[in-house]
Amino acid sequence: MSRQTEGQQFASALGMGNASPEGPRGDSPVLPPPAGPLYEAKPKPGSARAAEGETLEVAVGPHHPSTHGVFRMDVVLDGERIISLKPRFGYLHRNHEKLCEGGTYLMAIPYTDRLDYFCSLTNNWAYVLAVEKLAGVEAPERAEYLRVITAELTRLLNHSCLVGFLLQDMGAMGTPLMYAFREREKLVDLFEELTGARMMCNYMRFGGCRTDASAGWLERTRRVVDDFPRFLDEFEDLLTSNEILLARTQGVGKLSAELAINAGVTGPMLRASGVAYDIRKAAPYGIYERFAFRVPVGEHGDVYDRYMIRMLEMRESVRILKQALKEIPEGPVLNPKARRRNFRPPVGEAYGRLEAPKGELGFYLISDGSPRPYRFRIRAPSFINLTILEDMCLGHTLQDAVIILGSVDIVMGEVDR
Amino acid sequence: MSGLGNNASGTPGEEKGASSMLGLGILKGLGVTLRNFLGSYRDPERLITVEYPEERLPLPEQSRAFPMLIYDGEDPIGGLRCVACKICEKECPSQCIYIVKDRDARGRPMKRPKIFDLDISTCMGCGICAEVCPFDSIKMDAAYERSAESRFERLLLRKEDLAKPNAYYHKIHPTEAAEADARLGIASPEPEAPPEGAPEKAA
Repeated sequence: MSRQTEGQQFASALGMGNASPEGPRGDSPVLPPPAGPLYEAKPKPGSARAAEGETLEVAVGPHHPSTHGVFRMDVVLDGERIISLKPRFGYLHRNHEKLCEGGTYLMAIPYTDRLDYFCSLTNNWAYVLAVEKLAGVEAPERAEYLRVITAELTRLLNHSCLVGFLLQDMGAMGTPLMYAFREREKLVDLFEELTGARMMCNYMRFGGCRTDASAGWLERTRRVVDDFPRFLDEFEDLLTSNEILLARTQGVGKLSAELAINAGVTGPMLRASGVAYDIRKAAPYGIYERFAFRVPVGEHGDVYDRYMIRMLEMRESVRILKQALKEIPEGPVLNPKARRRNFRPPVGEAYGRLEAPKGELGFYLISDGSPRPYRFRIRAPSFINLTILEDMCLGHTLQDAVIILGSVDIVMGEVDR
Repeated sequence: MSGLGNNASGTPGEEKGASSMLGLGILKGLGVTLRNFLGSYRDPERLITVEYPEERLPLPEQSRAFPMLIYDGEDPIGGLRCVACKICEKECPSQCIYIVKDRDARGRPMKRPKIFDLDISTCMGCGICAEVCPFDSIKMDAAYERSAESRFERLLLRKEDLAKPNAYYHKIHPTEAAEADARLGIASPEPEAPPEGAPEKAA
């Protein structure tokens, strides 16, 4: 069989024969036959396997239990190996940015809870940080401490859940996830007591926090934080040295530091690839420069490193929490100068960013002096970390793609917004 | 297994994972599950499940679900603190509140709502309405079992459904309610006041 381009194959299938450059009828202007494929049924035109019809296209998702929400991967498989993977998202698009441009600055805060629904408190903080920059409002000392405490508790919650889900994806059915959720329960109980809600906390305000923490709450938080390393030890005993886990994660889904930087990947994903970049250190916000903590960095950038980075980050978060809970001063939690109603920041723009558990979360706001933001833009870490999924998955098997996706740590609420 | 597959694709796989004895890590993990399993028979800390419909955890004081309207005295409608200023309607992010001011016989606006509707199928329970209310009228209820048989039944709450006595507010949020009473300069109800609808039954 003579080699034809896919366009020629398509043309002959339509009965057009070998179209000459002049066209079938010499007089009418006809475009030259397209160089590329006319349709994407066979994504690798050069692949001999594809020409033989040996590849298989699978749409994993949007309703697949291991895609962490309504997310679809269009996978092309050669045998079990992935030769192409296209992430498709947008199923959970909720018009978030436009919705927040239609409301006042205060109205956007409960919506930010719903971006990454595991980390509502860091989402609140990132937005509030941007508004505070825009309006030049400062939060009182105690509120800054409460922000650090709640943000680090959120990091514990997110990472412990993620690790549980990741192991669930690997086939460790139930047990690790249940242990992780047992710890999560303690943390969401703390959130409920402080903010009134377990997940949709809606806690921070420009110029402080909505409610004050009682002495009892701080005491209970201290107890939970002191107990947390015990859970981490138990969890590591459970699985870190498990041979099956090692075989399935080491060397899987490698991400080079160069590609990670070029793609704008942030958070534990970037640090697992060996780049020591943490916004808490690189551009400290709030009062993070007061705390002593280390930034764990991986070597190989594989799934195992991403798993271990999260385990180590939890230990560092516990360290920050212990310092913050010891030093927290008394005082007000809300700046009386910050207005909630009729809040009109001056004309200008601001970008507030912080190290969310999933990476750099940023809010870019433009104010035209009215009570509504002129532009409201979110830099969502899950979304940007997801864009390099194909590069990590190529050459691996489909079941590896599932754990690579799990190790990226996405929440579709944030990806699609 | 995929571990072998990774080696085939040219990535280092098993060198790091090879421990002194294969399977030791698995046994260690099984030890943890066994400890948890046996521990659940004697250690209350490992017994964390709450058999929900029969058994309920006490709600913390800050707990919030959907808004309610507080009234003073005995008359649920006449005693409403709401003056229909419509601030909550304006500030609600999901726009789930609808208020119409009442008018007297000569058509002058009165300081009470004629209609106060709250659509809890849209309400997200953020509590901004309670935060911005200058009259301490709209507050967050803690009753969370609000499921209804049909989509349009009991999900649109009228002011009659929303009205709750001050005593109930004291029962679910004691600290907050005492602060509100101090602001308004009214006497707090007796602690033994009849709780008209405990949080469990309020739905």
